[in-house]
Amino acid sequence: MSTTAEHEASPRLSDGESVPDAALSVRGLWKVFGPKGDEIVGSPEADLPRPELLARTGCTVAVKDVSFDVAPSEVFVVMGLSGSGKSTLVRCLTRLIEPSAGDVLLDGEDVRKMSESRLRELRRTHVSMVFQHFGLLPHRQVIDNVAYGLEIRGVSKKERHAKAQEMVDLVGLTGNEHSYPDQLSGGMQQRVGLARALAVDPTVMLFDEPFSALDPLIRRGMQNEVIRLHEEVGKTMVFITHDLQEALKLGDRILIMRDGAVVQIGSPAEVVARPADDYVRDFVSDVHRSAVLTLRYVMREPLPDDSSEGPIMSPDTIVRQAARVALASAHPLRVVYDDILIGIVDNDALLRVVVAEES
Amino acid sequence: MTTLTAGAQRVRTVVTVQRSWLLLGVLVLWVLLWAVLRGQDTLALARADLTDFQTWLNDLDDRLRGTWLLDVTGVISDALDGLLTFLRELVSTPAFPRPVPEIGWLGVLSIATWVAYAIAGWKHALLTAASFAAFGLLGYWEESMDLLVVTFTAVAVCLLIGIPLAVWMGRSQRVTSAITPVLDLTQTMPAFVYLLPLTLLFGIGPPAAVVVTVIYALAPVIRIGAHGIRSVSPTVLEAAASMGTNRWQVLRKVQLPMARRTIIVGVNQTVMAALSMATIAALIAAPGLGEEVVVALGSLAVGTAFVAGLAIVVMAVMLDRVTTAASERSEQLARQTTVHPRRRVVLLAGTGALALVGVYLSRYYTYFAEFPDNPDLGTPLGNAVDDASIYIQDNWFNVTKGIADAVSNGLINPLEALIADSPWYLTSAALLMISAVLGGLRSAITTAVCLGVILATGLWQDSMVTLATTLVAIVLVMVLALIFGLIIARNSRADSVIRPILDAAQVMPPFVYLVPALGLFLATRFTAIVAAVIFAAPVAIKLVADGIKNVSPTTVEAAESAGSSRWQVISKVQLPMARTGIGLAANQGLLYVFSMVVIGGLVGAGGLGYLVVSGFSQAQLFGKGLAAGIAIVALAIMLDRMTQHANIRAGQR
Ligand SMILES: Nc1ncnc2c1ncn2[C@@H]1O[C@H](COP(=O)(O)OP(=O)(O)O)[C@@H](O)[C@H]1O
Ligand SMILES: [Mg+2]
Repeated sequence: MSTTAEHEASPRLSDGESVPDAALSVRGLWKVFGPKGDEIVGSPEADLPRPELLARTGCTVAVKDVSFDVAPSEVFVVMGLSGSGKSTLVRCLTRLIEPSAGDVLLDGEDVRKMSESRLRELRRTHVSMVFQHFGLLPHRQVIDNVAYGLEIRGVSKKERHAKAQEMVDLVGLTGNEHSYPDQLSGGMQQRVGLARALAVDPTVMLFDEPFSALDPLIRRGMQNEVIRLHEEVGKTMVFITHDLQEALKLGDRILIMRDGAVVQIGSPAEVVARPADDYVRDFVSDVHRSAVLTLRYVMREPLPDDSSEGPIMSPDTIVRQAARVALASAHPLRVVYDDILIGIVDNDALLRVVVAEES
Repeated sequence: MTTLTAGAQRVRTVVTVQRSWLLLGVLVLWVLLWAVLRGQDTLALARADLTDFQTWLNDLDDRLRGTWLLDVTGVISDALDGLLTFLRELVSTPAFPRPVPEIGWLGVLSIATWVAYAIAGWKHALLTAASFAAFGLLGYWEESMDLLVVTFTAVAVCLLIGIPLAVWMGRSQRVTSAITPVLDLTQTMPAFVYLLPLTLLFGIGPPAAVVVTVIYALAPVIRIGAHGIRSVSPTVLEAAASMGTNRWQVLRKVQLPMARRTIIVGVNQTVMAALSMATIAALIAAPGLGEEVVVALGSLAVGTAFVAGLAIVVMAVMLDRVTTAASERSEQLARQTTVHPRRRVVLLAGTGALALVGVYLSRYYTYFAEFPDNPDLGTPLGNAVDDASIYIQDNWFNVTKGIADAVSNGLINPLEALIADSPWYLTSAALLMISAVLGGLRSAITTAVCLGVILATGLWQDSMVTLATTLVAIVLVMVLALIFGLIIARNSRADSVIRPILDAAQVMPPFVYLVPALGLFLATRFTAIVAAVIFAAPVAIKLVADGIKNVSPTTVEAAESAGSSRWQVISKVQLPMARTGIGLAANQGLLYVFSMVVIGGLVGAGGLGYLVVSGFSQAQLFGKGLAAGIAIVALAIMLDRMTQHANIRAGQR
């Protein structure tokens, strides 16, 4: 969950450019639903508003020329209103939905060129997914649901049950191994979903709005659970949500989608501090900025006559944390990166963020 | 917005009113023309007369002889015959050199009880044991075993063909759209019509009976099984796919387990359909209880028919209860919630051993092999029913005859006169116009084709007689359906009392409904109508009740809060809004009524059913019976399409 400097440095990747060691790399991905959808890709018609295109051709552009990279162990959040193409995008990554155009590279291997059996292999061992409506097998006990991925891989019963038990313990379901899904609450069912996805020891985990069907209180608990699991197992995660709070809480970086296209990619602080357009600005308008913004976005250029006695902080420190220290000190905060003074934060600047939130 | 809705309302009312006036106009015109033209060109055909087409049909079996078609059916027939002989020697007929079957009554009873215990629990095991005991006590052990053998052989074939087809259909939209029309058609046909054409291919006898039963009983397991496979939640399928499940694994680990319960419901429906067809197949020499009923009906032996019919009822209830319970229990068993798996194995092994002791005893002790003659419940029961029937005929003659005459004079005779005594072109024109008004152009086209087919069979007047009888019965059925449907829908206490009775009534094979009707009214046209009404009323009542219940409670509440009286709520809200349910009831009721009216040929209904029955008994009338079968098919399709199109149009209005 720590925000790393590299990401800050290259907030938006352009097409063609690719991070060499990315866990997942998507280039120019399109999905057009409807008859002869593939022909729409890249044509001028693709830029028509959705209702018009649907009326004219019967097609819907669900994912439109999307590119991004996800670093190993990163939590990458995709956010957008309902219908913006998030589910379609995440399903294209393992070809649960066949993309219309573009490339998907998983650990450098092109998913779109894989054979049926190689693709199955990938899904069995490499990538696993957690669904909004859980998708548990109602006729199986928790333990057998969790062991399902290992079972279809041909792992022996004893071995897969041992592994499944480990996962059940990991997600905090110990004691419920022999319950059936319909005997569990929604939150517990989604824990089963989590355990099932973890059991195959994937390198990448995909989440499609996994907590949207849960009550707010339980949702918060589950978000913390994901943060904890990420700290423990360190998987690369692609997390879909329509909830900005959730995105800001979980994401190392956030991709904001509208009508199938990318509007902005950036760290939570960046998205809040510098929204790419009105759509994003609207989204982030009622965020608790002091809890998201980092010093990078409130500091000013250092001046020669600035005090050199203020406390030193990293540019990635969150405003709310810095405020306490800053107010206790008589001198302005000094923002230092790589032993170089890159900025100064006046108390006014901090107060502006905190006070703006109050009104 | 409000004015718009009001406008639409007005248009709708105008259309409805216009349609009613049109119908009335057609009827008035028909009656007027009938008064002038009646008796002319009615295309009546004397009993023994044959048209060219019918003679051609008569010779059909000569023409088929020696063709590859008969070679194929011969092989199937021989295989089935071998299987049936083996099974019958196992449980019902003497297995040479033994004077008794391989397994005597105690053995069969124990095994059946054990199977019921294994799949449906001990309560249903008791029911099974009691039912098997009842078969023997009623004096029909052997006949009951024969009926079960035919039924279950057919069911086995149905499952063998049906479950793979169901899976295929459940997984492929293309296969679904290819098979569904065929299934629709087989389910529209009255059971009766399969009999004669099949005898052409399979002759008469137990193998033919099995084939005809398979054809009739195949649809439910395919349809319901496919529905089960198709209803597996897409999220679960997607989750399975996301984990790299292959096609075979999806079927075995996801689709089949999740559809298990629905598939067993399909099996239940197939078993019940097989039982009802296997009794009717007595007409082509299927051995068993059906044969007893047919013979008894033929000689008007009400008591005997009643006892054999009762044995069928017992069998139907047993099969239905056990298979229904098995479907409900399949989930619990899979979940191992009722009994611990190890304990269950021990229990099954123990009771299984007991059953084997029963088999052993039944092989070596005559008393346990042949069901003892004493105590005999069948004979006294039959006599009592005979007495009761005679008593009713003697003492209530005026009542029963009064009812019969009232319906005959008030409904049957006028309608039959109008439909069957009009010149054929007048009736055709009238039916076409009614069809067009009710169901639109497509309905009218189907009607025209069907009427053409009926004309070609040369059995116009007989068909019109059957049509008139059917219409009378459906009118009575709908009256009952509306009354009881309203009662059930508006009163949950009545619902809890009446619905189980309706459910039970729907399970009975149609044959058994003839018996009480015969006991009350002897062999007349009216008897078939009574049987048809009893047979079709349950399904129609349930559909009407469900239709009314589906009317949104909010709407009813709104109407009540606006101060509507109870009758206003019924007539202005519930009935109009339940239009689709009522239409469906009319459609289904019509098909039920029609299939029973045809079977009513056995008890004096005349018309097409009678011709089919005589086709079995007299070789020279075979072709005529076959032609009657074709006319029945045409009538069934015509009635079905007309009501379905009318429903669709009513829904669109
Ligand atoms: N199978 C499909 N066929 C046609 N259109 C679809 C299909 N699935 C999704 N869409 C359309 O694609 C768009 C994006 O849908 P989706 O990816 O589900 O959005 P989100 O998950 O962001 O709510 C929507 O307009 C939806 O109607
Ligand atoms: Mg979605």
